[in-house]
Amino acid sequence: MEVYLDNAATTPMRKEVFEEMEKYFFQDYGNASSLHLFGQKAFEEKENAREKIAKLLGVKSKEIYFTSGGTESDNLALKGIIQKSNKKKVIVSAIEHPAVLRTAEFLAKQGKKLSVIPVNSEGIIDLNKLKKEIDSDTALVSVMHANNEIGVIQPVKEIAELCMEKNVLFHSDTVQTIGKIKINLKETGIDLASISAHKFNGPKGIGAIYIKEGTPIEPLIHGGGQENKLRSGTENIPGIIGLSKALELSLKNIEEEQKRQEELRNELIKFVLEIPKTRINGTYEKGKRLSNNVNASFYGIEGEALIAFLNEEGVFASTGSACSSKSLKASHVLLALGLSHIWAHGSLRLTFGRQTTKKEINYVKEKLPGIVEKLRKMSSIK
Amino acid sequence: MYSDKVMNEFKKPKNMGKIENADGIGTVGNPVCGDMLKVYIKVKDNKITDVKVETFGCVSAIATSSKATEMVKGKTIEEALELSKDEVAKELGGLPPIKMHCSVLAIDGIRKSIEDYKKKNKKQ
Repeated sequence: MEVYLDNAATTPMRKEVFEEMEKYFFQDYGNASSLHLFGQKAFEEKENAREKIAKLLGVKSKEIYFTSGGTESDNLALKGIIQKSNKKKVIVSAIEHPAVLRTAEFLAKQGKKLSVIPVNSEGIIDLNKLKKEIDSDTALVSVMHANNEIGVIQPVKEIAELCMEKNVLFHSDTVQTIGKIKINLKETGIDLASISAHKFNGPKGIGAIYIKEGTPIEPLIHGGGQENKLRSGTENIPGIIGLSKALELSLKNIEEEQKRQEELRNELIKFVLEIPKTRINGTYEKGKRLSNNVNASFYGIEGEALIAFLNEEGVFASTGSACSSKSLKASHVLLALGLSHIWAHGSLRLTFGRQTTKKEINYVKEKLPGIVEKLRKMSSIK
Repeated sequence: MYSDKVMNEFKKPKNMGKIENADGIGTVGNPVCGDMLKVYIKVKDNKITDVKVETFGCVSAIATSSKATEMVKGKTIEEALELSKDEVAKELGGLPPIKMHCSVLAIDGIRKSIEDYKKKNKKQ
């Protein structure tokens, strides 16, 4: 049996999405900047897709800009805002994705000011600290909507209100939530939001950013002036079509699908907690965690070894252990929750997708305890 | 990332566990780095007659623990002290550069257990 439980990393693309994209490779392959029929067609389809996406997210068409994905959108938000602003400070949470954290650190190296706000043991940002940190020199606050490792959902509405009160822009990395939760971006009060298509069964290499109308921002990529001069480069029409189709499909029966995954998640969490010396990382209080995320730690074992044994059994998952990362550092997210290194090293992330079945979760339940036991038997930490 | 030899060694590691009345014990590593191992040896007539290891660590830490202990089993103390990290890595068909420290750890564990054995023997 093969069980793919790494959907926070990426998801399989839907057939219907591919079918929708196909003709833009072979038939309607025009450059949207060309003046002839081929160009016009491409331009129209691109704008139709933009309109569809905007509608699904409750915003205006001209507030959606296409990019190459989540990382570019995050980079554009942080660098683009700070460059245009006469204020110097950026505030981020301690558990941001590297696309935000490394960008913020880069800006700090360039002479800007950076402030990192801690989270509590449940994985939720400290709003009081955030409030205190926002000063007259703050240009931007960037706090992700849901965390990619632990799936904990941040109170973005409250953060948006706080930012509005203090007249500061608010960017949110919504890569893990758009396509998974119904969101009306306008209502949340977010000023900028990053979107990535391959996280919701769309193609890789395409994403978007929502930027509230009138937000002063400098482009990251200069050139032919596409995307209303904010993002140059010939538009990835098949990707754009794929992104809009994938978003449309994923939002169609989203509440039902969310409920289905939530049941699987709760069942697996309950099962995992029955294994001794185990914890779930981040809150799993209703509504505060993505329905597709289980992040557990098993004391005294190391995540990479756990992943490797699961891989042997056909279960594909990920870990926040240092040994699995290129930097040999344990997950900054788990450490920010206050986990000791031993707990952080023993972490396992299982993330579901639309294709995940109860049968697959039962298979994981069958295999996991034996592997944990085997590794614990070998371990020097009891 | 890992060679087949590393994976095979990891899947069926040898000498895992502890020796109750060991003649020498060596603990090395640190949970902060994610690797910590404890080597137990039995020594008779200057020869390592038995060796066991408990490993908290990743695929390569487990594989090198297994391979290195296998390589010193039956050897004299002097021979065991000569075993190098490169020899262990070579026997495993190489290790990714970032994981070389794991083989160092296994070697250090063995050396520490021998040190411990020598110290205990002096006292007697």
